Amino acid sequence: MSQIKKQKTTGPWKEVWFRLKRNRLALVGLFIIIFLILVAIFADQIAPFSFREQNLNNLFATPNNVNYFGTDNFGRDIFSRVVYGSRVSLQVGIISVSIALLIGGTLGAIAGYYGGWFDTILMRFMDILISIPTMLLAIAIVSALGGGIRNVMIAVGIGLIPSYARVVRANVLSIKELQYIEAARAVGTRNSKIIFKHIIPNTMAPIIVQSTLGVAGAILAAAGLGFIGLGAEPPNPEWGAMLNAGRHYIRDYPHMTTFPGLAIMVTILSLNLLGDGLRDALDPKLKD
Amino acid sequence: MIKYTIRRLLLIIPVMLGVAFIVFSVIHFTPGDPARTILGETATEAEIIQLREELGLDDPFVVQYFRYVTNALVYQDLGRSYTTNRLVYNEIIARYPNTLKLAALGITVAILVGVPLGVISAVKQYSIIDNVAMFFALIGVSMPLFWQGILLIILFSVVLGWLPSSGFSTWREMILPAFALGTGSAAVIARMTRSSMLEVYRQDYIRTARAKGVREILVINKHALRNALIPIVTVVGLQFGFLLGGAVITETIFSIPGVGRLIVDSIRSRDLMVIQGGVLMIAFTFAVINLFVDLLYGFLDPRIRTQYK
Repeated sequence: MSQIKKQKTTGPWKEVWFRLKRNRLALVGLFIIIFLILVAIFADQIAPFSFREQNLNNLFATPNNVNYFGTDNFGRDIFSRVVYGSRVSLQVGIISVSIALLIGGTLGAIAGYYGGWFDTILMRFMDILISIPTMLLAIAIVSALGGGIRNVMIAVGIGLIPSYARVVRANVLSIKELQYIEAARAVGTRNSKIIFKHIIPNTMAPIIVQSTLGVAGAILAAAGLGFIGLGAEPPNPEWGAMLNAGRHYIRDYPHMTTFPGLAIMVTILSLNLLGDGLRDALDPKLKD
Repeated sequence: MIKYTIRRLLLIIPVMLGVAFIVFSVIHFTPGDPARTILGETATEAEIIQLREELGLDDPFVVQYFRYVTNALVYQDLGRSYTTNRLVYNEIIARYPNTLKLAALGITVAILVGVPLGVISAVKQYSIIDNVAMFFALIGVSMPLFWQGILLIILFSVVLGWLPSSGFSTWREMILPAFALGTGSAAVIARMTRSSMLEVYRQDYIRTARAKGVREILVINKHALRNALIPIVTVVGLQFGFLLGGAVITETIFSIPGVGRLIVDSIRSRDLMVIQGGVLMIAFTFAVINLFVDLLYGFLDPRIRTQYK
């Protein structure tokens, strides 16, 4: 008995971590994301200036020792704005994906488990929703609700619902026929418990991959909305809106667009690297 | 094939009605009174009531929805702009060719760059070409469309002075927007082509073809690529939708008079009627493209079309 206890078992998540550890690019992605999260949390300590503080005597300064990324058309410190902007972007990415995951995932799970008319109607509705380009759906929703970061999160979240509903439904469909679910049903476990305790935990792998890549997509979409003026209210720093502001001065002051652009790219790149790595780690069969 | 085509053609009707329903609902339940928006702050209560009646704004939601759809289908009438009182349909149609041309050029760039890059990467897997191509593809998918546009302007119009940074009437003016819009999708297509080709490349029939002495270029083009096309076509179709959405941003950067720019301008003036019409028109285009993609499946894969015999 004691021997059995001593025997170490490697859980499935440990195995995933083991495989992920060997993928250097994915690790780079993971570290950059952790770094960005820390930057967002400690923005007050990292940023040397306030994101709204204007200095009209120091407009369009190029990068220097005081203003590492230079200043913008209001003399605001671009470095500080990029640092604070990470809060906005990460918040939008995580919250929109959570909205999509919560609504889309739940609907997809119910549709997949029960099937029948609910499944048919829901999936047809999702087909329709997915046939409106996400960016345009988001534009329509934000123009209806009005600008502001909260509405951007709602709009992007709604746009992402169909993909989560589809992924979760497909997985539930394949899992619900497995024997352990049948066993759970046979001993009289309630349907809700079967769905949330036995099925959903086993659909986590594709959901995690989808969510990592989804956060990247959401940040890009929100930056796109910010770029056309539908995002955070000024003077709140949002990377897309900063790019748009800098666009009018690209001929003389390209630094205004370079740094927010780089910030978006590095964030998306690391999320993509991590997402690709997680996909390979969670499902080694997919790896070429 | 005819049965398959007809079935697929008919399917576009409920999809379009559904899309119209979603877009119409979003705009319909927007807080604020359209009559007040049209007449402005100075209007009297009586004028507002009269206009609401004329526009049928007091009718139930379903009635308004069906009236909108019927008008759109039968009379090509998408209502009138809240701010200019011009017919929305005419406003859109005047700009529509530019948007379509931009998206078509964008997807052409994406296919012409993405597919060959993906094929070469797969054929020379783990070579330097593969690594470099996939590195750039990863950068390409991570780069926001609008930043790419700005960088292209900085490089090709500001620094080198080779190409104009705005306008859309001559070929020279179309090059930068097409590349700005298409490169991101090229990256996505390259990645998909590579993985799809790699999968096919390991099949026994490829080995058989080689064993028969078929030249490698034919093995790649005729035996491998053709069978790897279905997922590639799917991605191209989805990317077309993405490009139609992205056109909104590209048109803004390059000052192109298209439907996307019209939508952005209408957001500023809260002209919901124009936004609704513009979004619908682009969604309709995407639906038609999806239809083509599905028909192309039937053409590419005989198994799909024989399902309907």
